[in-house]
Amino acid sequence: MLTRYIARMDPVTIARWQFGITTVYHWFFVPITLALSFIVAIFQTLWVRSGNDKYLRLTKFYGKLFLINFAMGVVTGIVQEFQFGMNWSEYSRFVGDIFGAPLALEALLAFFMESVFLGLWIFGWDRLPQKIHAACIWMVAIGTNLSAIFILAANSFMQNPQGGVYNPVTDRAEMADFGAVLTNPVLLWALPHTLMASWLTASALVAAVSGWHLSKLNRTAAAAEEADGADAEPAKPKDNTEAAHRFAATFAAIAMLVSGVGLTLTGDESGKIMTQVQPMKMAAAEALYESAGGDGSGAPFSILTIGTLDGSRPLFAIEVPNLLSFLATGTWDGRVQGINELKEAHAQGQLVDPTNELQRAYADHMRAWGVETATPIIPVTYWSFRLMIGLGMAAVGVAVLLLWFLRKGKLPPNHIIWTLLMIAMTLGPLFANSFGWIFTEMGRQPWLVSGVLPTMAGISPGVTATEMLISVIGYTLVYGALAVVEVGLMLKYIKLGLPEVEPVQQITDDDDVLSFAY
Amino acid sequence: MIMEPSTLQLVWFGLVAVLWIGFLVLEGFDFGVGMLIPYLGRNDKERRVLVNTIGPLWDGNEVWLITAGGAMFAAFPGWYATLFSAMYLPFFLILLALIVRGLAFEYRAKRPEQSWKYRWDRGASIGSFVVPFVLGVGFSNFVIGMPVAVAEGRASVHVFTGGFWSLFSPFALLGGVVFVALFLFHGAIFIALKTRGEVHERAKLFAERLGLGTIGGGAIWLLWSNFAYGTGASGWILALVAAAGLVMAWYMVRADRDGWAFVGTAVATVVIGISIFLRMYPDLGFDNSAAAATPLNIVTASASPTTLTIMTWTAAFFIPIVLAYQGWTYWVFRRRLSTKNIPDDAHAPEPVA
Repeated sequence: MLTRYIARMDPVTIARWQFGITTVYHWFFVPITLALSFIVAIFQTLWVRSGNDKYLRLTKFYGKLFLINFAMGVVTGIVQEFQFGMNWSEYSRFVGDIFGAPLALEALLAFFMESVFLGLWIFGWDRLPQKIHAACIWMVAIGTNLSAIFILAANSFMQNPQGGVYNPVTDRAEMADFGAVLTNPVLLWALPHTLMASWLTASALVAAVSGWHLSKLNRTAAAAEEADGADAEPAKPKDNTEAAHRFAATFAAIAMLVSGVGLTLTGDESGKIMTQVQPMKMAAAEALYESAGGDGSGAPFSILTIGTLDGSRPLFAIEVPNLLSFLATGTWDGRVQGINELKEAHAQGQLVDPTNELQRAYADHMRAWGVETATPIIPVTYWSFRLMIGLGMAAVGVAVLLLWFLRKGKLPPNHIIWTLLMIAMTLGPLFANSFGWIFTEMGRQPWLVSGVLPTMAGISPGVTATEMLISVIGYTLVYGALAVVEVGLMLKYIKLGLPEVEPVQQITDDDDVLSFAY
Repeated sequence: MIMEPSTLQLVWFGLVAVLWIGFLVLEGFDFGVGMLIPYLGRNDKERRVLVNTIGPLWDGNEVWLITAGGAMFAAFPGWYATLFSAMYLPFFLILLALIVRGLAFEYRAKRPEQSWKYRWDRGASIGSFVVPFVLGVGFSNFVIGMPVAVAEGRASVHVFTGGFWSLFSPFALLGGVVFVALFLFHGAIFIALKTRGEVHERAKLFAERLGLGTIGGGAIWLLWSNFAYGTGASGWILALVAAAGLVMAWYMVRADRDGWAFVGTAVATVVIGISIFLRMYPDLGFDNSAAAATPLNIVTASASPTTLTIMTWTAAFFIPIVLAYQGWTYWVFRRRLSTKNIPDDAHAPEPVA
């Protein structure tokens, strides 16, 4: 019974779920790593330049959170590289000539750099001169961010397959112009968009953690005042905990505002590119069934729609007039193609992007699959698009609030609502990242390579549904257990607060005790 | 269909081999150390000595595997596609094991409780066992040749036809055991080389005891592969060199020459790797008898000349840089460790909350 059910299950569906689960999970850790590496590097550099211990305490404290997070990013990243070959072997064979190169370069240029220099940074406090040691964390940061360039180049090829040609002899897409792959307009806007999303995510973590600690100091201050007069406590050495957290929270909250602005601008440009190369994705983002705008009026952007998203009239909708036209075309009355018009055009033989060389060359093979009139799952694209924007913006809103509470040397309120607000500020951008990628990948459907290779055509022909089911269940269980461990460790170290620091002695003798060891 | 491979195809076959072999030599001792943590470390401080011998190095060593995979993807998409889908469940196991052992090294010290640490140690040990065992089974199957056939109507798509259970032939299982023994030996010698005091002595003793078994098992596997799946005179010469490396390692560890012993196991690993990749030329470890007209080999699996050229220039420029800085870390962390070097567990001021 069970085996018969499994045998009927579609390997494509299972493989897609596996990719979704493992990728969304992996991407919880990556955005934090991408920007927190720079933030820690900045803290350490401030310490090296000023000698002020508060920066060293911040370096060690956020460095620890960075490492806990980085380890998860590394181990879940290995799965990513190999599941292309395991689950999507025909995809790998078909585009490997183009898609493989950025992955190989990512390993050679970025992964070696981040791993090796991270080892030097973790264990090198007492073995490297101060400045060289600080340079190591900068190398880690540069390495991790280099890796973002390559993997986004690979992904951008899937959204807008430029730089490739079809070779009928080898029956695959081949590299025509590597420069075109690296200057893909989708990449040029997705890269800054992703990096700023990472800055928003990592800064939100820092702002929330330091913001929370500051609110706890507020209680300590109140308690100290109450106790004042009763018995005078012995004078403590000047504590820089508050100064350190205040610096970190302010720095991070400002970084959130800057990245919020950057995200809006780069997201807007990405939308215009998307309208050109993946018009169906733009229509799906808006659940726009009938084309709108262009006749003197503009297409409205819906903030919220209650009712069905199947093209019938909504029950309730909040809309901003003309905004969709602007997002898609850059003019307030530009015409935006709707899902129905695009479906009709695709049925008539129009390609996803009629100017794309690879789509033209492969068109006959592509049509044999008969998916060209399929659309993305509209509720998924509609809501993921809104959640991405909404959660990101909400976090920026909390950052403004945090800055307001920190004005003129004040401390935030020591209240459960503040704690909840800080937790929400951390999770908002994290999930905004997830929804952004869910939108990007689900909005590309039914394609694996936009307009060229249907998703179902990329599956491994030799792998059974049972095998895929075993792996998707295995990953999910292991990832679930590790999530508990990871969050537990993060919370433990967040609560421990800034560590005390001592001057580091360089190792000179075989019997010297190491300043740091696992 | 006989085609001559181009120079670039040969270069990239060689580079893929170098990356895999580099991974086996470097991460090989990490696997050994990982497996031995619970057995050579009698208390937490001793275990920490063991973990710290590879602490700064293991992650960089593992990147050799990622780069090998990336290089296969870019330079031989057909190889990458057919191999990893054929080895689906074995590779799934490897990935899970790599996840657990990687986190074990990074997370064991993150809480003070002994139960937490020892649980991660067990994870590191099991994970470090699973990976070389499955790799040994896998590489033995490449030596045998994994049967492939052309997918229906598509001459350039190759599918593995052997089925999951065919991977576990006696020769392949022996290969798994030999890989485990080899890396235990390699790792124990690495520990001896990188430690002082009691841990050093214990690792030396373990290497001495294990050495003969590794030499014996390795010899059987090498003889078997040369008799059954031979590559002629070169195969026999390589087998002799590999055996000589193992014997040298065993002799040197007894003579207290840890450095030379390490050279011995490293040479043996390299040479076994070379002999496997020699055997995999030109069919990449596949058995093409069911696809004789359109085989999967170094020519048909390869990327286009354009991609290979781009990759070659990048590799020529960056590989020396990577080797230089990775070599530098080995220099920075060259000191031997003992329990005296390990700081006390400094856990933690009271939480603020």
